[in-house]
Amino acid sequence: MSKIHVSTTVNGDAVDYLCDPRETLLDCLRDRLNLTGAKEGCGTGDCGACSVTVDGRLVCSCLMLGVEAEGKKIETVEGMADGDVLHPLQKKFIEHAALQCGICTPGVLVAAKALLEKNPDPTEEETRYWLAGNLCRCTGYDKIIRAVMDTAAEMREAS
Amino acid sequence: MALDDRKSEFKFVGTRPDRPDGLDKVTGRAKFGADAHAPGMLHGAILRSPHAHARIVRIDTSRAEALKDVKAVVTRADFSDKVAFKPGLKGEFWNVLENVMAGEKALYDGHAVAAVAATSALAARDALKLIEVEYEVLPHVTDVDKAMQPDAPVIREGAADYSVPEGMHPNVVRYHESGHGDVEAGFAEADLVIEDHFVTEATHQGYIEPHACLATLGNDGKGELWCCTQGHWIVQKTCAALLGIETSQLRVTASEIGGGFGGKTTVFIEPVALALSRKANRPVKLVMSRSEVFRATGPTASASMDVRIGMKKDGTITAAQGVFRLQGGAFPGAPGDMTAMCAFAPYHLTNVRQVGYDVMTNRPKQAAYRAPGAPMGAFAVESVIDELCNKLGLDPIDVRLKNAAHEGTKASYGPRYERIGLVETLEAAKAHPHYSAPLKPGQGRGISCGFWFNHGGETSVSLALSEDGSAQVMVGTPDIGGSRASMALMAAEVLGIPYENIRVTVADTATLGYNDVSHGSRVTYASGLATIKAARNAVEKLCERAAAKWGIPVDAVKWENGCAVPSGPNAGDFDPMPLAEITASMGRTGGPISGHFEATPEGAGVSFGTHIVDAEVDRETGRTTITRYTVIQDAGKAIHPAYVEGQYQGGAAQGIGWALNEEYIYGEDGRLQNSIFLDYRIPVASDLPMIDTVIVEVPNPGHPFGVRGVGETGIVPPLAAIANAVSNAAGLRMRQLPMSPPRVLAALKGNG
Repeated sequence: MSKIHVSTTVNGDAVDYLCDPRETLLDCLRDRLNLTGAKEGCGTGDCGACSVTVDGRLVCSCLMLGVEAEGKKIETVEGMADGDVLHPLQKKFIEHAALQCGICTPGVLVAAKALLEKNPDPTEEETRYWLAGNLCRCTGYDKIIRAVMDTAAEMREAS
Repeated sequence: MALDDRKSEFKFVGTRPDRPDGLDKVTGRAKFGADAHAPGMLHGAILRSPHAHARIVRIDTSRAEALKDVKAVVTRADFSDKVAFKPGLKGEFWNVLENVMAGEKALYDGHAVAAVAATSALAARDALKLIEVEYEVLPHVTDVDKAMQPDAPVIREGAADYSVPEGMHPNVVRYHESGHGDVEAGFAEADLVIEDHFVTEATHQGYIEPHACLATLGNDGKGELWCCTQGHWIVQKTCAALLGIETSQLRVTASEIGGGFGGKTTVFIEPVALALSRKANRPVKLVMSRSEVFRATGPTASASMDVRIGMKKDGTITAAQGVFRLQGGAFPGAPGDMTAMCAFAPYHLTNVRQVGYDVMTNRPKQAAYRAPGAPMGAFAVESVIDELCNKLGLDPIDVRLKNAAHEGTKASYGPRYERIGLVETLEAAKAHPHYSAPLKPGQGRGISCGFWFNHGGETSVSLALSEDGSAQVMVGTPDIGGSRASMALMAAEVLGIPYENIRVTVADTATLGYNDVSHGSRVTYASGLATIKAARNAVEKLCERAAAKWGIPVDAVKWENGCAVPSGPNAGDFDPMPLAEITASMGRTGGPISGHFEATPEGAGVSFGTHIVDAEVDRETGRTTITRYTVIQDAGKAIHPAYVEGQYQGGAAQGIGWALNEEYIYGEDGRLQNSIFLDYRIPVASDLPMIDTVIVEVPNPGHPFGVRGVGETGIVPPLAAIANAVSNAAGLRMRQLPMSPPRVLAALKGNG
């Protein structure tokens, strides 16, 4: 099958790739652009490990085709830190031990960042429902929820 | 120098520093199984049986092989030009080979029958569709009780070992019986005897990272393998045997691992990727889909159990007896013995008898899942104890305290306990505000204890000091939940240098001696002990260098706060000599300084926990909500308390899933019906409350700092604790898991 040329923006950089029309955005990020931060945990949109934002909207990149990224702005976990300055969520996740194995962490961080951009003062319940699409099998979510709430509080104070 | 003095005061141990691999894991930089890439790499894919039990009559791979993009195809019968797998294997290696690639028969839905390597993942998947397999479908069985019936289809003749009594069905492959005292006499002394039947379904470990590997194997018999595994030496040994190469010629590197919980302690795709690579002469990457993970890797055993317990009016247990039948899929290995041995282990019993069966069915081979076998038995036993407490009007914690095992108790499975912490967890539970908090209408509270053996295992650690006074520690146990941090804390404690000055690396099989798998809650215990002893070994050498410089005997030098210090008659003669000063000149004073440990630590120290759960049952829908959860467990000594809490919370969350939702559902056709996360529903953030933890510390005499493993015990109490909470909320006894809404609703309507 012939490949399709896609021009898009990932973490602020203009990028091009050739892909099979059957490849997902996740396949293209990982295999075409070597951005392996987003993970494939299920391939069916159930686990959220592949979470990215597309034009600011949180999506499972395994549910979107690579060709659909044409002209869009994609943000992945690799773009979260500002140079060597970590995003407050990244710092808090380390501080709170909110990760054990770390495989779900990129997706959780991308989803949590999207939450805080939409709602800087989420309740515990709102945080739990927003992150319900991100499966974590190690932590029981306790420390993840605390890290997100703590980040939100700190970011509110800073702003 | 008194190196073996047990420490009770710590400078680093017990603090909560950032984990050394934190930055990599929050930035997406950490490389997991599927994140590797090699020049010229091919992509593999595996064809799997759609049948639960079928003879493989013929496999025709010619159409797939004819594709330009396809570079290799392998099957078990692949003798065309090169042998894919070593012929003539016996014993456990044969079992593993039979599981990773079917021989004469496909034994379960999802059993691998052929594999291809092609230039892209899509091309590999397309090629699978061109492989023709002719099956002769055979009768199948997936239920443990049915598999033991005389008319059940035989999975494999001759699979049973010596332990199985005469006259049992060939599907019963191992038998365990143990205990002490006279149970019938004990039951006669009881004021109340309750006997009940309990059932649990198979659940999957549900690690978020599917199995993945990148394999290179040349015709020179030398190979490189990158994979996500809980233990790369067992992968090395197994793959080398299956491929017929020398163990040392295969270098295995463990990637970062995206969860395991016991499910990544064996091999599934690695030998297949190596076989494809050898045939294609190119690196081959193989990644499982989620559906493949569910269908063809190890879930837990399912269980059918009968438990009988006698109790006096004052709460004394007079006798306990259990029969535990575990279904472990199409291969021997279901932990019926473990279930039996753990079931009554928390109690000081005069009369106890337990029987365990390992039963084969047409399902994927079970794998370890956190304290394998123990949660099921605890569910049955702790449910009966709860029922006895209810009927006799006794407090469930008081009854457990009255019967609790302690130092010197003859365990239900044989040995006498050394110092253990069960009583302390029960006392902490009783004192916890959760236990006295009022319940709302519709809510119930459940209590359960749990036990796990813990494990030592073969362990190697090397610690090398650098000229600038920093240290690198090489361990062989993959870091599943923050163990690099724990190792660095223990090394810092012994060396007396800052935590940040220590780098812990998970070494590959070519750079360190053999290490057992990250299982059995052994990492902080065994690799920790090895790290401490390797660091002490280095400290001895540091003291020797200082003694030589000062011209005093080495036994007049002690190690304090990261410095060699003259002691005894020489005390105060010289200024303390810091580690960095000694290492700066080590090249001229005798050469590099390293510490080593290679042994099999035997003092793992058994572990106990007590859980308190509140559950609310919606009588209209049958849905259960966990409203409050407290885990109390003995850690011996918590090295990094945040990651100890994480183990407790994670174990509880998995237990909640097992108790309320998760199950392998098989159709009449023997096919797994829920092989994606949408249908196999693990707990999500909105399902759970915060999970409170209490770390009890009753030091383990078998570890220099008192550590007991904490990884597994946390999943033992939840099934029973939640079942007790739901039963108390619903006003009826739930004897089958999961307590899914339809099952609870049926019970409430009297159809349970």
